[in-house]
Amino acid sequence: MLRFVVRRLLQIVPTLFVLSLLLFAWLRLLPGGPAAALLGDKATPEKIAELNRVLGLDQPIPLQYFRYLGRSLTGDFGNSLISGDPVIDEIGRALPATLELAVAALLIAVVLGIPLGYVAARYRGRPLDTTTVIGTLVGVAVPVFFLGFLLKQWFAVDLGWFPPSGRQSVSIDATDVTGLAVFDGLLTREFDASWDALRHLVLPAIALATIPLAVITRITRASVLDVLGSDFVRTANSKGLAPGTVRGRHVLRNALLPVSTTIGLQTGLLLGGAVLTEKVFVWGGIGTLIAQGIERRDYPRLQAIVLLGAGVYVLVNLLVDLSYALIDPRVRLR
Amino acid sequence: MVTTWANRRKTRIDDLATGRSLGADALVRLRRNPVAIVGAVIVGLFILVSIFAPWIAPHDASQSFPELQEGLRPDVIPGPQPGFPLGSDQNGRDFYSRMILASRQTLLVGVFATLIGLFFGVLIGVLAGAFGGWVDTLLMRFTDVLLSIPSLLLAISIAALAAKPSQTTVIIAVAIVGVPVFARLLRGSMLAQRDSDHVLAATALGVKRRSIVLRHMVPNAIGPVIVQATLTLATAILDAAALSFLGLGDGDPARAEWGLMLANAQAYLDVRPALAFYPAIAIILVALGFTLLGEALREALDPKGRR
Repeated sequence: MLRFVVRRLLQIVPTLFVLSLLLFAWLRLLPGGPAAALLGDKATPEKIAELNRVLGLDQPIPLQYFRYLGRSLTGDFGNSLISGDPVIDEIGRALPATLELAVAALLIAVVLGIPLGYVAARYRGRPLDTTTVIGTLVGVAVPVFFLGFLLKQWFAVDLGWFPPSGRQSVSIDATDVTGLAVFDGLLTREFDASWDALRHLVLPAIALATIPLAVITRITRASVLDVLGSDFVRTANSKGLAPGTVRGRHVLRNALLPVSTTIGLQTGLLLGGAVLTEKVFVWGGIGTLIAQGIERRDYPRLQAIVLLGAGVYVLVNLLVDLSYALIDPRVRLR
Repeated sequence: MVTTWANRRKTRIDDLATGRSLGADALVRLRRNPVAIVGAVIVGLFILVSIFAPWIAPHDASQSFPELQEGLRPDVIPGPQPGFPLGSDQNGRDFYSRMILASRQTLLVGVFATLIGLFFGVLIGVLAGAFGGWVDTLLMRFTDVLLSIPSLLLAISIAALAAKPSQTTVIIAVAIVGVPVFARLLRGSMLAQRDSDHVLAATALGVKRRSIVLRHMVPNAIGPVIVQATLTLATAILDAAALSFLGLGDGDPARAEWGLMLANAQAYLDVRPALAFYPAIAIILVALGFTLLGEALREALDPKGRR
């Protein structure tokens, strides 16, 4: 087990190394070089030359790369062009917001998706199943940002059930501990702050959850159908095991393997969806950093976030592989 | 009649004698599948409309009409009226014509992005699957890197490189996202065949390596890739819409493309929601059509043919 973890972690190293090379080349692919891109309309040859000197871009390329690599390894990704702050600090400040949103969305997707997929498979071909299948197909076809706008327009603007944007009402003077607004309120016993943050969270979380929900439901359904048709389930049923035992211990447990892979993949993709959702709901997390970064072409910021996103994605997939061993004892990690 | 071994053997031979290949068999199964029919009808309509768009649409996509522009206020966009079945867009152009003409551009974005991704993906997949060894390792390390970035983030970083975003940059960005997926799929099923009997037989017969790869391995491995390409057509259109929403779409206000129109209409959701609804419904339908077709294709090509 430990050896497996270490080996997988070591395998990540070359991937991240090539990624850093790509990202390094990425900035140099900019038309006119990074300096011209950074200066935009104000670019004159003198200014470009000066900025190149300041940024160290007049040095030989390999030297530049190793400097960049060294700085990245120590957590220094340069300064944001928009705020002037170190990018890593910006990310640190925005991370809790996105984490909160992503966890809420994932929770919705898993808690609803697995039972829904299971029930659909049990009642295969019935109206409930058909509705679920159609729902999952439509769910992935709806543009996330459009769904966000719809939810916002209906439930926030027209009906007024939820706040239309932001993470917390300005009127509430909440104490900031971890940056996770809902959790902080519980921690400091400011329950009204927690409740307020939760109300803000509902709509963006639903918007972000639709695609993972649809995918998890569909995979669960397919996987349960597969297992339901297998010989050991027939044996378990025919030897008179209680239906509950067959369902829980035989069917669901075996069906969860592909589902856990899917959950892992979807977790990684949440960052992409978060960019869209956060822009619609003015959420102020990593997604907002990206959206602003695109508008102002803040390359150091985008570069750092892509690297971070890739790191998280790879780690989540490692966790998924580890979870196999927990779900299925036949899987021996070597 | 008692089923004896000999009888079973005979029916088996009869089955084989009818000579239906997996492809023909899949086609028969496709035609019986209502999901496939619905998907095919949607996609077929979409393609028909986009081919005949210039003849269906009464007006030009970029033409503004004084009678529509007169009605434009900060809080009013004229609705349907004689001659303009869907009313005006935010710039006093015929919304109906733009919707029709946009089908072309949307199809263009989806098809080109998918085809470019497919081309490079298949190229990488064939090289890796055919050569194996260090070529395989190197190419797969490269696809690993692309796969390690969440797909929309990857598309964003590529599209953001362009100083002036255009339809071409959107197509390229969306295409690159598909490359590692196609490459991995093809490489996987090609590697599985390297040691299979039919490849061994071809080698023993002295068939040239190039023919083995191109005529024996690729045709047997391409099925899942075709399925994936159909599904990618849907995600490509959705991703392109997302890029437009983030300000990485084509900056030309005259261009009519559903994703772009949907993204631009968000600002007028209070004034005239129809400007967002029609493109959104069009995108949802088309994405649904390609997804249904892809899923049905996957089922039909699955030799187990159960689910």
